[in-house]
Amino acid sequence: MILFDAFQYAAARSDEWLRALEQHLVLVAVALAIGIALCVPLGILSSRSKSVSFAVINSANGLRVIPSLAILFLAIPYFGLSFTAAALALTLLALPPILINTDAAFRTIPAAVKEAAYGMGMTSRQVLWRIELPLALPVIVTGIRTATIEVIASATLAAFIGGGGLGIYITRGFALFDNSILLVGAISVALLALTAEVLMGGVERLVRIPS
Amino acid sequence: MSALRFEHVSKTFPDSTYAAVNDCTLAVDSASFVVLLGPSGCGKTTLLKMVNRLIEPTAGEIFLDGTNIRALDVTALRRQIGYVIQQGGLFPHLTVAQNIAVVPELLGWQKARIDARINDLLELVQLNPDYYRARYPAQLSGGQQQRVGLARALAADPQLLLMDEPFGAIDALTRAALQDEMLRIKNAINKTILFVTHDVEEALRLADKIVVMQAGQIVQYDTPHKILTEPVNDFVRELVGADDMVRQLSLVRVASVMSPLPNNFVLNGTATIDANDDLKNALSKLLQTGAPSLAVLQENKPVGVLSLEKIRASATGH
Repeated sequence: MILFDAFQYAAARSDEWLRALEQHLVLVAVALAIGIALCVPLGILSSRSKSVSFAVINSANGLRVIPSLAILFLAIPYFGLSFTAAALALTLLALPPILINTDAAFRTIPAAVKEAAYGMGMTSRQVLWRIELPLALPVIVTGIRTATIEVIASATLAAFIGGGGLGIYITRGFALFDNSILLVGAISVALLALTAEVLMGGVERLVRIPS
Repeated sequence: MSALRFEHVSKTFPDSTYAAVNDCTLAVDSASFVVLLGPSGCGKTTLLKMVNRLIEPTAGEIFLDGTNIRALDVTALRRQIGYVIQQGGLFPHLTVAQNIAVVPELLGWQKARIDARINDLLELVQLNPDYYRARYPAQLSGGQQQRVGLARALAADPQLLLMDEPFGAIDALTRAALQDEMLRIKNAINKTILFVTHDVEEALRLADKIVVMQAGQIVQYDTPHKILTEPVNDFVRELVGADDMVRQLSLVRVASVMSPLPNNFVLNGTATIDANDDLKNALSKLLQTGAPSLAVLQENKPVGVLSLEKIRASATGH
């Protein structure tokens, strides 16, 4: 039974599996952290100007069209076969959903609400932190959720360029024609993605605007 | 109470060939209720928003209690002016209580003081604090949102209140109720109120004085009664429907035409009418009772008398 074989394979190398999981999580965390740190401020800026928004959103969408694997391989000439190359390539994948959602979230805040905030005597900093950001947060979190799932799945490919992670089981299983090894990677990544989906769903509920 | 003065105020928006507000000079007395009335695009909202500097005039000066508002810090100015806009502009992610607390918090009030103030204000606008404090705007009807909007604007006890078509998006029945409420609250709070509307009946009903605007200019600035009986031109005459006498009577408040209370007046069985009621109701009461005049009550205390002659005189403007 192939599932059992897979489990046995992983259990016999539990140290290696844990290290792969850790690498995978670090890759995802680094990509998301950079993505959020970059895209939330950029999305806020772009939402303030029609022309900037047009340029930024179209570039982000363009980025989305390039296949994940292509981005990973494109990183090799610059960063070699390394964790850094994989992390940076994954960051590129995390950018579009966060950026596009942040821009849209800020753009759709009702003008009346902002006008009321300014009219009541809030400074632009107060309007941003107390009004706009909380109102935009649900949509931004949805963007982060999409990015998280995308990056968890794509981080599997990092193994192809020496970035480690749970993808090593897939490359290994492929090389040894052993599907049970391949499944160790596939099932682990699937479970990780599901867990992230559930967790991020919880965060979404936390920041939702009551209605 | 705050007095407001506009001196030769104009505003031309960028990319626009005409002045949205054109050389407006206007004095608003302390504690008066002044309505800016006119068709859409006449510049009334622009004029209003120049008071809290959401729009800066291209020419002219505005004075609040004698101080040029440009000399004041813009956020400090706004925090001392209550601001109510169409559909409330309530913050959807904050509860009713948190919405009302915004300006007091900006001003650094103590929590206990803010808490007490929220309860007082919700009672003023007739929403039960126990029930409504923790609600979110999306859980309220349009009329309730507007009440919260008013409570929020009054939170830090501003002496001047700016209201930009506050009842514009509300159904007719609720709007009438809110207008009644507005009249009651106006008497209770004693503040200067600048109120924008394109609804003539609303203006006639609420205003102490009406500013009729057309194409950025002030056409007439007068009491509702004078606007109806002595419109300065055809534009005003048609706008307020000054030729329809019965309608006119239904639009003028008793308080604006009554005579002062005579000396040694005793209520003693005299037919009465509320000061906020309209002349049409007063007339039918006079005809029904056959009394020579009605005693005018405000909060159940006599404040004046109203005779048939007075109503006739008001209708003809003499």
